[in-house]
Amino acid sequence: MSVMLSAENVWFRYSQEGDWALKGIDLQVEKGEFVAILGSNGCGKSTLAKLFNAILVPEKGDIIVEGINTKEEEKLLDIRQKVGMVFQNPDNQIVATVVEEDVAFALENMGVPPQEIRTRIDEAMQSAGIYKHREKGPHQLSGGQKQRVAIAGIIAMRPDCIVLDEPTAMLDPYGRESVINTVKKLNKEYGITVVLITHYMTEAAQADRVVVMTKGKIEKMGTPKEIFSQVDYMQSLALDVPQTSALAHELNKHGFDLSTQAISIDECAAQLYKLLEE
Amino acid sequence: MLKDITIGQHFPGNSPVHNLDARLKIVITVLFVVVMFMSTNFPGLILSAVFVLTMYKLSGIPLKMLKKSIKPLLPLIFFTVVLNLFFITGEVPLIKIGALEIYMEAVIFCIVMISRILLLICGTSLLTYTTSTIALTDGLEALMKPLNKINFPVHEMAMMMTIALRFIPTLIEETEKIMNAQKSRGALLDSGTFMDRIKALVPILVPLFISAFRRAEELATAMECRCYHGGEGRTRLRQLKITKDDIRYTVVCMVFFAVILSMKIFFKRVI
Repeated sequence: MSVMLSAENVWFRYSQEGDWALKGIDLQVEKGEFVAILGSNGCGKSTLAKLFNAILVPEKGDIIVEGINTKEEEKLLDIRQKVGMVFQNPDNQIVATVVEEDVAFALENMGVPPQEIRTRIDEAMQSAGIYKHREKGPHQLSGGQKQRVAIAGIIAMRPDCIVLDEPTAMLDPYGRESVINTVKKLNKEYGITVVLITHYMTEAAQADRVVVMTKGKIEKMGTPKEIFSQVDYMQSLALDVPQTSALAHELNKHGFDLSTQAISIDECAAQLYKLLEE
Repeated sequence: MLKDITIGQHFPGNSPVHNLDARLKIVITVLFVVVMFMSTNFPGLILSAVFVLTMYKLSGIPLKMLKKSIKPLLPLIFFTVVLNLFFITGEVPLIKIGALEIYMEAVIFCIVMISRILLLICGTSLLTYTTSTIALTDGLEALMKPLNKINFPVHEMAMMMTIALRFIPTLIEETEKIMNAQKSRGALLDSGTFMDRIKALVPILVPLFISAFRRAEELATAMECRCYHGGEGRTRLRQLKITKDDIRYTVVCMVFFAVILSMKIFFKRVI
């Protein structure tokens, strides 16, 4: 597999004399991978996201997007087209007053011919599941729908990678689920690389790989099972684990022998069922 | 309360008014405003009213919306009317209340004034009701394009307008939230003297502005992420194209305007 995004010893700070927000990040994201980044507030995960599509440029080290260094200013638009970004607040990323026109915004900026814009936005809106709302105004949509409009606006660019910065933080449980399902679909069916920054462990548990960040450094990396089975360690970083792992962990404290690697609800239920039968 | 403000809202639809080319629609609206300022007799005003109502009927915008868009302007209208009622003098006073005299001329003037203001509001809000803001700004951009030659930032102006219109409902919602938050902490927004109420606005405006700035920054980043780099080399999803129907409707409007103006010849001006 080839590398989609790569951070090589990246250091970044917001002001010349300020504290470092990122202290030597090394991270490689493969093409087609679904990576979740976890970390408490202020650990630099949003900063890292902005570095990936050249909104910010590292002070030391390099960010390479499919072979292009983000420091090459003349390649800026190429990089942004390759790496789409979705932010937390859906209201603050919708530019137009009609859904389909907002989805078309990026393509208009890129100078795509009108006929092609039409087919591409229809496709994008269908895969984000908002096609039936295409003529509505953003103020008539729910939070989850708005966030999917933002995602459609990004996938219309046909990016190779999407970076989502806490896309579900402001949504209700239904909206959260619809957004995560859309993201998963894009990853599985269209092979788009996904970097998901999140606070929700259940979302992170669905990723191929989990990256844990603290204080501007990568603390740990591994599959969701590897990461979430270390319940005490995660809690020492003020991070949660999925409820299933937490349950197994608590039961183990009382003398049971359950695997904390069972992070999906089905796995956990099967395990508990077996225990009850014995 | 704030939800009643409807200026700048768009109601999607598929009527002849909706589908009319944005450039022509803007030109027609501007002409309508001119016509309204020039029509100074009752038949002209009645015809204008017929014109506006027909347009609403055609566009399928519920007349309820009319009431909503007029409501916030009622105090202004009331103020103008009261002032004019007492300050315009004529020959024979109609009523005498103490030192105040109301003349027939004043009453007529007020009626004309009210109908003009109402027609102006209704006619011009129809433009934003039936035109999506992007079509509207596209239209304006196209109409102002010649100004590019004198280095006027046409695209930037159009973009600013789009964003301003886009954020009206969002900011209204936000204002309401802040007002409720301040009320729940005991802020008295609806009582007290005039000065008290003005002062009570400060704790609403300050957070509103701060959040607007934050929004602006986030939106700018989001726009950059979607390859926004000014007007250069931009294409449009909707191409402005004037069809035969567009020309037909425009001609009908022009004829109507001409008729309204010609009333000036046949009828005496009332103000």
